[in-house]
Amino acid sequence: MAKVRGQGMAAINYPTGMNLGGDPSQALIHASTTGNFIISLSSTDLGQGLKTVIAQIGAETLGVPFDTVIIDTADTDTGPHCMGTFASRATHRVGNAVMMAANEAKKALLDVAADELEASPDDLELDGNGSIVVKGVPDRSISVIDTALAAHFKHGKTIAGRGIYMKPKSEVDPLTGEMDPDSTEAHACTVAEVEVDTETGEVKVLSLKSAYEVGQQVNPALVEGQIVGGALMGIGHALYETTNPYYPAIDHGPLNFSDYLMPGPAELPEMESVVLEFPSSNGPYGVKGVGEMTANCPIPAIVNAINNALGVRITTLPVTPEVVLRALEERRGPSQSNLPIANFPTECSS
Amino acid sequence: MGANVLEKAAEKKYRVVGQSVPRRDGMGHVTGATKFVGDVHYPGMLHLKMVRSPVPHAKINSIDFSEAEKVPGFVRVLTHRDVPKNIYTILCLIGVGPDDEPVLAVDRVRYQGEPMAAILAETEEAALEAVAKVKLDLEELPAVFDVEEALKPGAPIVADTGVNYFIYEGHHCRRVRYGDVEQGFAQADFIVEETYNTKPIEHAPTETTGCVAKPEADGRVTVHTNTQALYFSLDNTALILQVPFQKLHFVGGTVGGGFGGKVDVITEPITTLAAMKTGRPVKFIYSRVEEMQVSSPRSAWRLKYKDGVTKDGRIVARQITSYADAGAYNRHTPYAVTKHAANVAGPYTIPNVHIDAHCVFTNHTPGSAFRGFGVTMASFAIELQMDKIAATVGLDPWEIRFINAYRNGDVRPHRKVAEDVTFIETMQAAAKLAGHDLPEHLLAMNSWDRNGGQHG
Amino acid sequence: MAAKVVSFTLNGRETEVMVKPLTTLQVVLREQLGHTATKTGCRQGGCGSCTVLLNGEPVLSCLLPAEDVAGQQVTTLEGLTPIDGLHPVQSAFFDHYAVQCGYCSPGMILTTKALLDRNSTPSREEIVEAISGNVCRCTGYTAIIEAVEAAAQALKGGQNGR
Ligand code: FES
Ligand code: FES
Repeated sequence: MAKVRGQGMAAINYPTGMNLGGDPSQALIHASTTGNFIISLSSTDLGQGLKTVIAQIGAETLGVPFDTVIIDTADTDTGPHCMGTFASRATHRVGNAVMMAANEAKKALLDVAADELEASPDDLELDGNGSIVVKGVPDRSISVIDTALAAHFKHGKTIAGRGIYMKPKSEVDPLTGEMDPDSTEAHACTVAEVEVDTETGEVKVLSLKSAYEVGQQVNPALVEGQIVGGALMGIGHALYETTNPYYPAIDHGPLNFSDYLMPGPAELPEMESVVLEFPSSNGPYGVKGVGEMTANCPIPAIVNAINNALGVRITTLPVTPEVVLRALEERRGPSQSNLPIANFPTECSS
Repeated sequence: MGANVLEKAAEKKYRVVGQSVPRRDGMGHVTGATKFVGDVHYPGMLHLKMVRSPVPHAKINSIDFSEAEKVPGFVRVLTHRDVPKNIYTILCLIGVGPDDEPVLAVDRVRYQGEPMAAILAETEEAALEAVAKVKLDLEELPAVFDVEEALKPGAPIVADTGVNYFIYEGHHCRRVRYGDVEQGFAQADFIVEETYNTKPIEHAPTETTGCVAKPEADGRVTVHTNTQALYFSLDNTALILQVPFQKLHFVGGTVGGGFGGKVDVITEPITTLAAMKTGRPVKFIYSRVEEMQVSSPRSAWRLKYKDGVTKDGRIVARQITSYADAGAYNRHTPYAVTKHAANVAGPYTIPNVHIDAHCVFTNHTPGSAFRGFGVTMASFAIELQMDKIAATVGLDPWEIRFINAYRNGDVRPHRKVAEDVTFIETMQAAAKLAGHDLPEHLLAMNSWDRNGGQHG
Repeated sequence: MAAKVVSFTLNGRETEVMVKPLTTLQVVLREQLGHTATKTGCRQGGCGSCTVLLNGEPVLSCLLPAEDVAGQQVTTLEGLTPIDGLHPVQSAFFDHYAVQCGYCSPGMILTTKALLDRNSTPSREEIVEAISGNVCRCTGYTAIIEAVEAAAQALKGGQNGR
């Protein structure tokens, strides 16, 4: 019956890359006689789209069509070392390694093309469509595949490149905590609107409006996928999810998807986001990274909205109906009537 | 400076970077052609299932496999005696120690679900039936579940070091000291204190953790795995099995959801060992129940904030004592606590900061990495605390964040000079999107120039 | 109890398989017939990753004894995929980034196919209702709902393939 609405906000930073560094990743690139470039890695794709964004970075740096860049991962017999996919490090670290390898391969490619075209390598450029052209003289060109064939069968040369990226390891000063704990900083700010049923204690997230600043986006659709997926995970963390509902006690731990509550499509709020791109100083093309941070901002924004709606100060996760009802009961208690609350306007819908 | 960054962003002209090209693996996914690790089948493949502790803390008197061995299809059992270097810790690769976790329990179990023995059988059903027939003689020990209880004298001791906390270079916690918080509190008009608590959370990827190990004719072993970190898993497996790294060949790269849940190197060592011992391919994939209760969750955290704030809204001192519930073993938590300590003061510039971040051992399932490693719950606490400060001082929640926002060139509590900072711009953009009108003086702020209204 | 021969139609082909009692259709499809598009997210009936179509209706193959499909029509994702190109539902999922890790996708796509077969113009609520038994941890469902709407449009317009 009594449904109360509230609004809350939160703003966060996220340090991307394995925090203390010392986490190298390598990439090898070679042109085959098919005209394709193969990027060999041992990096993993968790669904965030690594195989796609790495191909994009490779194609961009090489200056060749996206479809001609093949990603060969992840096999420790064929791919060089990678520390792994975590800490929003993959696009940053592997991307940098791929850029370095691609630049080396591109130089080898242009050297051969220069011989074939009887031009200086400095006067050549890749047109992105599979050809190498003499700058300003569009009819003097050679295709990438012909260059690859010439390199192999005529010049006896390889077109290949090696790349590695490593942020040097930072040691932590045990007394002061002095350290270098980030590669770059991404940011987010979320405004959440919730409706709380004061009788059942149930919370419904009505909307999440967020701004993300993630450096250069490699693939905006994939960034959007991270933002939306992370937001729903954030709703889950804020309102439902735990493996130990009576923590610290271990009883009644959920064993299946029916007991472990996660938000489904019915719990989707209205979601809107804007993405700002301030290039980072050290990511490939100014990338910062996004995957890890996307649940972080919705969680406090939602809880702040609940506190705003109810005039309480809930400080625990998840905010289950029981937590809401207990907070309301405590608010009614005489000793707790003066709790300061955030001064967002509170509207009552019924 | 700011203007340069903006121009650089505007003038970029990339062909492929910045384009929403289709996913490389999309066709495989929508046709079902993508091969996940569970889809790997070999003729003659054995199945591995774990005998797990039913209690959170116990001394192991004996384990009786005699009935299990009679199950048709039973092949063999592996115990800690079969594991060459049974006690390990995954982050030994980057210098974190000591080794603390048994691949298979030796004389004690420290959490409910801890692996005690591995059963190999011709079929999954036979393996499960054999596991059910193993008789455990356990002597239950008092357990400790609360992080602060665990640190009290007389608490049941979980870790072999004799103390229930991870030791950071001789210290009981990861410390950050910047300025002088006592002096800061003395300058403050308000002291704002609060404790924040969270519970363990499961990654819940739709694909559970697992691997298939196959002995090859040349004496090497190929391991198909859904690890998030192929070499990390290979290196740890080689160290645990005491085999040369060259003997192992790890293949993966396609993961049905990770979120940090698949960086534990938890199925590969025992499965590889099983393949080496039997000369047959072996599959070990977590059941959903194992994924829910045995795989490491996002750790539970407790964070205590004490802030000194002036009446114009400046945070002049911040003291934080936080506790990560690592559960019974290290896994990734000691490292997460360091990342946490670097970030738990928040994206705010505060002249005096004092942080004690503890990695605490309890009889819970070991926690580990999870999307937002050490920072997610810090962000939760910080941003609730900011609202409490706003309410205490009587300022708008936006205002309090803008006033204290960190900017490029600021020195952070860990003493690194802040760069690539766009915190203010991000808040301005969110306010605009949400239709929240910010006052002029907040709209005039930027991350590059502390005094100015304009960029540059 | 002895194994017995079960005959059914799998993706349009007559199929005979020896089945031990209580073996699920999921196990028979994946381990005996090599049809691994059908996934195994929980084997408890909780995630929908194992969804197949039984006479056109979505069922959880992890809960269905294989003997029960004798004489009936089973469609897996392998059977939905045309020789050339994609089924409109698959195209919509591909185009709308409705797959991330891809583990939920086979079940989602078959559930969608069944929904659109019985209701060619589902409302958003009907879509949500139809996919509510299929867990996706990655996408946040928004892209999936958009893909279902796009697939409905495409099927109405008689388009197929991309
Ligand atoms: S595997 Fe059948 S519902 Fe999860
Ligand atoms: S795409 Fe990963 S579970 Fe749906």
